[in-house]
Amino acid sequence: MSANTVGIETGRKPYLTTRDLTKNFGNFTALSDITLEIYEGEFVCFLGPSGCGKTTLLRAIAGLDIQTFGQVTQAGKDVSNLPPSERDFGIVFQSYALFPNLTIRRNIAYGLENRGNSKSEIAQRVDDLLDLVGLASQADKYPAQLSGGQQQRIALARAIATNPGLLLLDEPLSALDAKVRAHLRHEIKELQRTLGVTTVMVTHDQEEALTMADRIVVMNNGVIEQVGTPIEIYRDPATAFVADFIGTMNFVPGQFNGGTELKMGEVALQCEVQGTGPTGDILVAFRPENLLVQEDATNLPNSFEAEIKYMEFMGSFFRVDLQSKQANADAHIKGDFSINMVRRTGVKEGDTIRVSIPKDRLTIYPGARNNG
Amino acid sequence: MANVTLPKSRREVKPKASSDDWTMRAFMLMIGTYLVVALAFPLYAMLSKSFEDKDGVFIGLDNYINYFSTPALFNSIENSVFISVVTMVITVTLAFFYAYALTRSCMRFKGFFKIMAMVPILVPSLLPGIGLIYMFGKQGYLNWMLFGYEIYGPLGIVIAEVFFTFPHALLIIMTALAISDGRLYEAATVLRASKWKIFWTVTLPGARYGLISAAFVVFTLVITDFGVPKVIGGQYNVLAVDIYKQVIGQQNFSMGAVVSVVLMIPAIFAFYVDRQVQKKQVAQLSARAVPYEPKPNFRFDTLMMSYSSIVVLIIVTILATCQFAALVKFWPYNLDIGLQHYNFDLMDGGGWDAYYNSIKMALWTAAVGTIVVFTGAYMVEKGRGFDQGRTLFQFLAMMPMAVPGMVLGLSYIFFFNNPDNPFNFIYGTMAILVVSTVTHFYTVAHLTAMTALKQMDKEFESVSQSLQQPFYKMFLRVTVPVCTPAVLEIAIYLFVNAMTTVSAVVFIYATHTQLASVAVLNMDDAGDIAPAAAMGMMIFYTNAIARVLHMFVAKALEKRTQAWRQR
Repeated sequence: MSANTVGIETGRKPYLTTRDLTKNFGNFTALSDITLEIYEGEFVCFLGPSGCGKTTLLRAIAGLDIQTFGQVTQAGKDVSNLPPSERDFGIVFQSYALFPNLTIRRNIAYGLENRGNSKSEIAQRVDDLLDLVGLASQADKYPAQLSGGQQQRIALARAIATNPGLLLLDEPLSALDAKVRAHLRHEIKELQRTLGVTTVMVTHDQEEALTMADRIVVMNNGVIEQVGTPIEIYRDPATAFVADFIGTMNFVPGQFNGGTELKMGEVALQCEVQGTGPTGDILVAFRPENLLVQEDATNLPNSFEAEIKYMEFMGSFFRVDLQSKQANADAHIKGDFSINMVRRTGVKEGDTIRVSIPKDRLTIYPGARNNG
Repeated sequence: MANVTLPKSRREVKPKASSDDWTMRAFMLMIGTYLVVALAFPLYAMLSKSFEDKDGVFIGLDNYINYFSTPALFNSIENSVFISVVTMVITVTLAFFYAYALTRSCMRFKGFFKIMAMVPILVPSLLPGIGLIYMFGKQGYLNWMLFGYEIYGPLGIVIAEVFFTFPHALLIIMTALAISDGRLYEAATVLRASKWKIFWTVTLPGARYGLISAAFVVFTLVITDFGVPKVIGGQYNVLAVDIYKQVIGQQNFSMGAVVSVVLMIPAIFAFYVDRQVQKKQVAQLSARAVPYEPKPNFRFDTLMMSYSSIVVLIIVTILATCQFAALVKFWPYNLDIGLQHYNFDLMDGGGWDAYYNSIKMALWTAAVGTIVVFTGAYMVEKGRGFDQGRTLFQFLAMMPMAVPGMVLGLSYIFFFNNPDNPFNFIYGTMAILVVSTVTHFYTVAHLTAMTALKQMDKEFESVSQSLQQPFYKMFLRVTVPVCTPAVLEIAIYLFVNAMTTVSAVVFIYATHTQLASVAVLNMDDAGDIAPAAAMGMMIFYTNAIARVLHMFVAKALEKRTQAWRQR
């Protein structure tokens, strides 16, 4: 199976699958051979930088911009070439796309009409949905009279009004300011859990993906880089791109020739490489928060000397810029030092200290890139 | 399944069209067919006519050779281009300073000046010609100002054309000046640039696309205009009048077709340049631009207001002269006031019936045209797939702009008067006048609709489809209500132009479908100038009332359907 394939052998049946999905715009390939399985009730995030193809993939799943090649199935049915109106999904856009001349009530009721529902049934359903998103008192206002966060909740209510099997969210929080965003993040996740609706959300915000998703699909240049739970993605990034894109990562050039030891400049480090890792010129990758500082005479394993060039106060910790002649004189190694540790040891700019990388906290990637 | 590697499917996915997609394409096809029948076919008929002799025998380029070896005919090209260029320079200059006064000064009564500058749109182009004759003709009260020069000829044509084209140029230039970025002025002031330098380095470059666009619009309007040179041109021949003379005077239809083809070349050229410029203008807008706020400056504001007042005074004088001449018994010998010139039924031209016909025709044009244009624009803008069809439709919708009214009208004779044509039955009816007028003014209406539709969130349709609602529900409950201002704008535009147009209808009206604007022409032709002025002023009052009504209806509807706009 290729890296683009998700195959967790859990016995769960996939609800939504894409197979070898490719989308070309003229000579430009926006998506190439995307194969993916999404399970019933799952919350999946498509995460990647702008232009990586995540929105294109969402629009192909919705049938809004149908793929050039490949298959999409939903609930066991091949929907590859169907128009949106013949698929089963609700969608929320970044722009909310609320109908400006209809009241909140009529916006939510929009999809419930022409389906054989009586007027009172529709009214009841709208009331329930308004309660669900906590905006019952706003029913007779127009969208422009609500705040951005409220509008987004109405868009959500409208999308789930018809109980669709699939909920698609296209950067739903990007237009909101930070506080509202954090609050809605939580609220959407709660709602999704209550309803149990299979949900796909597109975002470029890693924090959003990490906090909301059951599984994250990291994309770049039209291909899937990695699929996994937030913890898997953060702990064990499958590629250097994922490692770099999610969180902060140090990359230092090194040498590895198999076994349990690698060289980073003159420093020898113990490592645990699963399977047959890359050999020869490699990149040693570790996160700033995993860098330990030797505080007493006891030598820490996997340690080396480094000079503190600069300390940046970040509120709850210091982000420290380190230079190690032993490891690599050109590399700016970032380390996160807790406020307590700094107070305890009194380290300051210009000090030379010993730092260590626990062997289960470092990863290696092929290539010879330098993050300096 | 996860362990079985299936061969990759390399068959291209063919999107399935929904029933809505088919319905929308059907609508587009219908309106597209309308444009083909009402525009492309007639033009083709005219083009082939230009290669035939009087009996319909194909004679190749003989007509063209004949045309270019007759100085009386081909000299008109130079004349037409000459008056168009001169008018273009004068109108754009005058309109620029007027627009400058409206957008960059703090003069008072801006609303009044804006409305007054739009007045020439409400009258047929014949009327300023008539007004000038009363002012500067042999017995005109301002004849002394000409120092012996003749008003009949290029002088009169240019003055009347400037009057006629002024509001068109003003609207374009005003838009260009209004969108300029206030931050540039702040930056320039901080850098201590003088007012004069700011004008040359910020204002003019910022408005350049508007100026070019206005210049070409004026050029096209003048070179294709028939009313002004017909009334005040005297012996000075221009292309549009030549078509009329060939067809009506000499019954030489083939030569009329040749002149039409010749006239279309500059029109198409100007149209093409204008489209290119318009595209650039859009790119200039930035979302972060801050509108420019003029600061009061007594001397400058007074200067601008004096200038604007002079322009308004000239416009009012021309119209007031027409109204006065229409009311006096016998200009200039008996200045007693009376209504005898309003006895239209006693003159050639169709009498009061022509006036009522005009209103009927204008109402039909506004109603049918608005529905057709807006529906067509919606289908082409919001439909899914069928890209070639949409591109072709867009092309057809833009074409009328490049076709002069005279040419369209003449084409209709060739096409619809052919007994073999299944649409022959509309010839000589009110319907053909409506078809011709809707087609003639299609492009501007279409562009207005497109602008409004493009401002709507493009995801509305996506949401509606995901909720499995039919497109017409979206169209009727959201699109049309939100676009009401644009819809009304299209309706009034079509109404006003249907009232004033001569060129698009002068070849195809019948005795029982005479129109007010044509009556002005015919009465003037017959020497009944005072009644012609009276009828022209009737058109003006009708359009003015329509404009006011439009304003009230728009306000009332806005209150009802646009309540959501208020926070």
